[in-house]
Amino acid sequence: MLELAVKGNKWYWGWMVVLLGVIGAGFGLYLMQLKFGLGITGMSRDVSWGFYIANFTYLVGVAAGGVMVVLPFYLHDYKAYGKITILGEFLAIAAIVMCLLFILVDLGVPTRALNVLLYPTLNSVLFYDAIVLNGYLFLNLVIGWNVLEAERNGVHYQSWLKPLIYISIPWAVSIHTVTAYLYCGLPGRHFWLTAVLAPRFLASAFAAGPALLILLCLFIRRFTNFDPGRQQIQTLAKTVAYAICINVFFFLCEIFVAFYSQIPGHMDHIKYLFVGLHGHGVLVPWMWASMILMTVGIVLTVTPATRKNETSLAIACIVIIMGTWIDKGLGMISGGFVPNPMHEVNEYIPTLPEIGITLGVYAMGALVLTVLYKMAVGVKEEVHG
Amino acid sequence: MNNSRRRFLQIAGVSALGLGAKPVLDAFAAGGGEGPGFHVARGEDALDAKQWAMVIDTRQLQSSADLEPIVEACHKVHNVPTTIVNKNHEIKWIWEAHYHNAFTDKTNPFLNESVEHRPFLLLCNHCENPPCVRACPTKATFKRERDGIVLMDFHRCIGCRFCMAACPFGARSFNFRDPRPFIQETNKQFPTRAKGVVEKCNFCAERLAVGKMPACVEASNGAIAFGDLYDEHSEVRELLKENYTIRRKQTLGTEPAVYYIV
Repeated sequence: MLELAVKGNKWYWGWMVVLLGVIGAGFGLYLMQLKFGLGITGMSRDVSWGFYIANFTYLVGVAAGGVMVVLPFYLHDYKAYGKITILGEFLAIAAIVMCLLFILVDLGVPTRALNVLLYPTLNSVLFYDAIVLNGYLFLNLVIGWNVLEAERNGVHYQSWLKPLIYISIPWAVSIHTVTAYLYCGLPGRHFWLTAVLAPRFLASAFAAGPALLILLCLFIRRFTNFDPGRQQIQTLAKTVAYAICINVFFFLCEIFVAFYSQIPGHMDHIKYLFVGLHGHGVLVPWMWASMILMTVGIVLTVTPATRKNETSLAIACIVIIMGTWIDKGLGMISGGFVPNPMHEVNEYIPTLPEIGITLGVYAMGALVLTVLYKMAVGVKEEVHG
Repeated sequence: MNNSRRRFLQIAGVSALGLGAKPVLDAFAAGGGEGPGFHVARGEDALDAKQWAMVIDTRQLQSSADLEPIVEACHKVHNVPTTIVNKNHEIKWIWEAHYHNAFTDKTNPFLNESVEHRPFLLLCNHCENPPCVRACPTKATFKRERDGIVLMDFHRCIGCRFCMAACPFGARSFNFRDPRPFIQETNKQFPTRAKGVVEKCNFCAERLAVGKMPACVEASNGAIAFGDLYDEHSEVRELLKENYTIRRKQTLGTEPAVYYIV
């Protein structure tokens, strides 16, 4: 099916060239980082994880979000989603590719990455994270590819795929749960030390993933001969509406626990994020922006009129993606490290090379997604066109 | 032809996966397994303990001037780069802190004045239940069963910094750049580190192996005691019996092995 991805108009190739350019620039900056060390980033002794791990965490959510089309189709026999499950699975593949790249660029000694498998350490959550992420990538590749090929050939997909499909559903939940466990099992990091972290991660994932999927569906309808379908988009929109509400609800639960108990260790991180601490507060405007964006997203997706109007729905999806990205990407990681274990405030701001490498990884993901979607849409056009 | 090539690729793919999984399966089969430091060479005079512990008598260390030679002795013997200007990239194994930074859960608004103005030495606590060891995905940091020291294998560390997030004491530093140009005088008896790995205090495991006390203990003029926590006649146990001591964040359950007399 790959041949479908090497046929395209000038816009397609133009887009690919742009992506390759960004990837090239990011790779150049990465070579700089390899030479100098992670010192070219804004990370420090106190904030020892930054932009890379933040984006990694966010994209694990996007990958897990794909299950929101797979589950209704295969478990509830919601037939309408049959048309777009492949889009959810291929989005997951692109997201996981980015996750793995973000982990790789974050390593101090990337040449030793395979030590995780050579010296498997069963008490480390990172070991399990490596297993579930690679497993999820593998599952989606096998399932997505074979189901699409079967559709192209006009036959039912192979029966041995069925158990893999069923496994992939709880597996999607596991990738984000394990990723949350990276953080919430650490003593002395009060911001993360909460049982609601994994559910909160999942809620934000099931808002952000489907929101991105809606935007991609709208794009595909506009620029190709394949229509993912109005009903499909509307059902996804309801998923987004519920998930973003639950995400904000979980956040408010955190606020209640911290500020009603008034335990300083729990309040300090939230204070740092929303009002600043000891005169430091680079993230304050960002966090409020995130809250406003998510609130606007709730209003637009919960109100039937704005949800049903695809223009306002698209706006809702954009603000939800931005809001959850700031919440989980910028706030969640920095917020956990500031103040540090000695209650000192040392802030983190990503550097330009760091942002460049990040953009390079995103471009790589976009490239993978473009190729996969080109194939999927090509098959859909052949079959339905 | 086409079909057999596809078949070949499928088999090759599955075989590659199998090869990759072998060490994982081996580990499951072998169960626990020792950390890499199990085979560290020991001298004939090596000092032994069930769990090394430290008691710092802060009453004898009243000013920065008292701490300076201690910090310097450690950093010198362990090739810690001390001339890095950028605070973000700082490496420290043992350092000075205020009381309210050292004991964040024991700060009273009105404190004994001498304690409040006294400098405190912070270092790795060599916890009996270390969260950093739990977090490390490669056993590059491990608790040596022989004597309870939390050690690091600089050659195995992948630089993921999970241990830094896991440590509630801020005891770990990461080499954000090549540290070697920032070492004032290299001690050939101890390795320097490369960029990209984490490091921290090792309770002078290399000195204990040849019968010497840790460098900070030696430089402290008797203010720091070092011994076996589980030998009731050891110097540290005698001190713990006679004095009221505190530890950092002991409510977290990591069981720090560094005690402070205040």
